[in-house]
Amino acid sequence: MSKLTAWERMEIIRQKGRPTINDYIPMLFEEFYELHGDKLFGDDGAILGGIAVLDGRPVTVVAQVKGRSIEENKRTNFAMPHPEGYRKALRLMKQAEKFGRPVVCFIDTPGAFCGIAAEERGEGESIARNLFEMMRLKTPVVSVVLGEGGSGGALGLGVCDELCMLENAIYSVISPRGAASILWKDASKEKETANMLRITAEDLKEFGVADTIIPEPPGGAHKNPQLTAENMADSISAALHKLSDLRLEELLERRYEKFRKIGAFTE
Amino acid sequence: MLEDLFKIVKVRLDDDSSKNRKSKVSIPSNLLFKCPRCQAVVFMEDFDANQRVCTSCNYHARLTAPERLKLTIDKDSFIEYDSEMGSVNPIGFPGYEKKIEELQEATGLRDAVITGECTIKGQPCVIGVMDSRFMMASMGSVVGEKITRAFERASEKRLPVVLFTASGGARMQEGIISLMQMAKTSGAAARHSDQGLLYITVLTDPTTGGVTASFASLGDIVIAEPKVLVGFAGRRVIEGTIKQRLPDDFQSAEFLLEHGFVDMIVERRRMRRTLSNLLRLHRSDVCAGGGRQ
Ligand SMILES: [Zn+2]
Repeated sequence: MSKLTAWERMEIIRQKGRPTINDYIPMLFEEFYELHGDKLFGDDGAILGGIAVLDGRPVTVVAQVKGRSIEENKRTNFAMPHPEGYRKALRLMKQAEKFGRPVVCFIDTPGAFCGIAAEERGEGESIARNLFEMMRLKTPVVSVVLGEGGSGGALGLGVCDELCMLENAIYSVISPRGAASILWKDASKEKETANMLRITAEDLKEFGVADTIIPEPPGGAHKNPQLTAENMADSISAALHKLSDLRLEELLERRYEKFRKIGAFTE
Repeated sequence: MLEDLFKIVKVRLDDDSSKNRKSKVSIPSNLLFKCPRCQAVVFMEDFDANQRVCTSCNYHARLTAPERLKLTIDKDSFIEYDSEMGSVNPIGFPGYEKKIEELQEATGLRDAVITGECTIKGQPCVIGVMDSRFMMASMGSVVGEKITRAFERASEKRLPVVLFTASGGARMQEGIISLMQMAKTSGAAARHSDQGLLYITVLTDPTTGGVTASFASLGDIVIAEPKVLVGFAGRRVIEGTIKQRLPDDFQSAEFLLEHGFVDMIVERRRMRRTLSNLLRLHRSDVCAGGGRQ
């Protein structure tokens, strides 16, 4: 795997042709049926959900959708979900639990949307509810960071048994640009800040947050989406296979402990 | 963002005092409280005597964690948990240790939350109080771990949990580790809930970001103090996106009540009684519903 800085990886994931979940779905799954709506308020285009078939077995897919064109980005709000997006995700995860299907989440967002309607409908509550419910969801959950894992908006699909990250993906508590403007009142110091924040897949593996790094072809996923998809399918299958051997109590205890042990302090 | 708000208030106060110096009346600004909500200026003495509630608009101003505990719990009932826990610098963030040391010195706190066991008008509970003086009560490892342990101990002892929240969100200086505290605390709240135990959240000024998007929103009963700021995204960020000024009551307790995300707004002078009554109504020896196992 290549040794690149966080900033160099950010340049790769910002490439126009970076594959999105819409590119990957036909490459990853034998079948896919999209299911719409949160059955409460609406259907958020920033989050795609449905039932897919992986290795001949049904799984529930929940994904943040980056657009590949202006029209697509209008529809998907640049992958920045509203509360109804997180509630759609939760509805489909509870459905997966009912039918004993594993859940595969794909994270690819700058963050949850910051706007009036999102606040009115409880953006914070919707993410909190997902964390709470996903922590005790009685079926395996595998999350994959495709490109950008932006803060709480990413974590809303990120409480899982196994976290996989594409080699060039990043996952951060705050965007490097946002951090730069807070720290130095200068958003143009994005590059230095990115390299300081420890946001690459390797960093996250070191911190025990990420479990698997999925290799990308040299230059990035856009150079060979099919190969990237094959690598991703291998990692997801391996994770699901491992998790399928666990009894339910073991699975839930393991998930709790995965997050429980993260933290650094003295006493 | 909130620090900015206070800067504005401070600047205005300074402006006032400089004007005052030119005129005949001169009152040092530390004897005055200028309300950030309604801009009214009142004597600090009156404001303090009113439990730090604005006498003009009923804005419930911030309290320190020790002040809050004193107003809320029974005297001498507090047994503190994890009082020595302190932050380290897990991602090597420049200047973080120094900032922590300075704040420890200035506030007498180890970090941004105090947790422990107490009684409120005789009702036992596990309590946590966040203190916005400490890095805007942002959640890093210490806050995450202490809140998590509070839920875990409450689960073991079969006690309810009461958390007074205030926070600027996740603590950027601890990188991804701070983000994961949102999942950790929410998981502990879920396990406590699965035991059939009560969790009450009291939203105080200001509760925002990653804390709103985790344990602050997860109470069985969510209470807010009047006029406090509660939201997910920063006001400036939203104003930047929509290119217009937001109404004053946006992200207030009243705004949340109207949109269905708060169970009740409770004034400070009624908080102790309200909490104690709610705790009593959820005691296992009081509940006598049918169909119990
Ligand atoms: Zn006022």
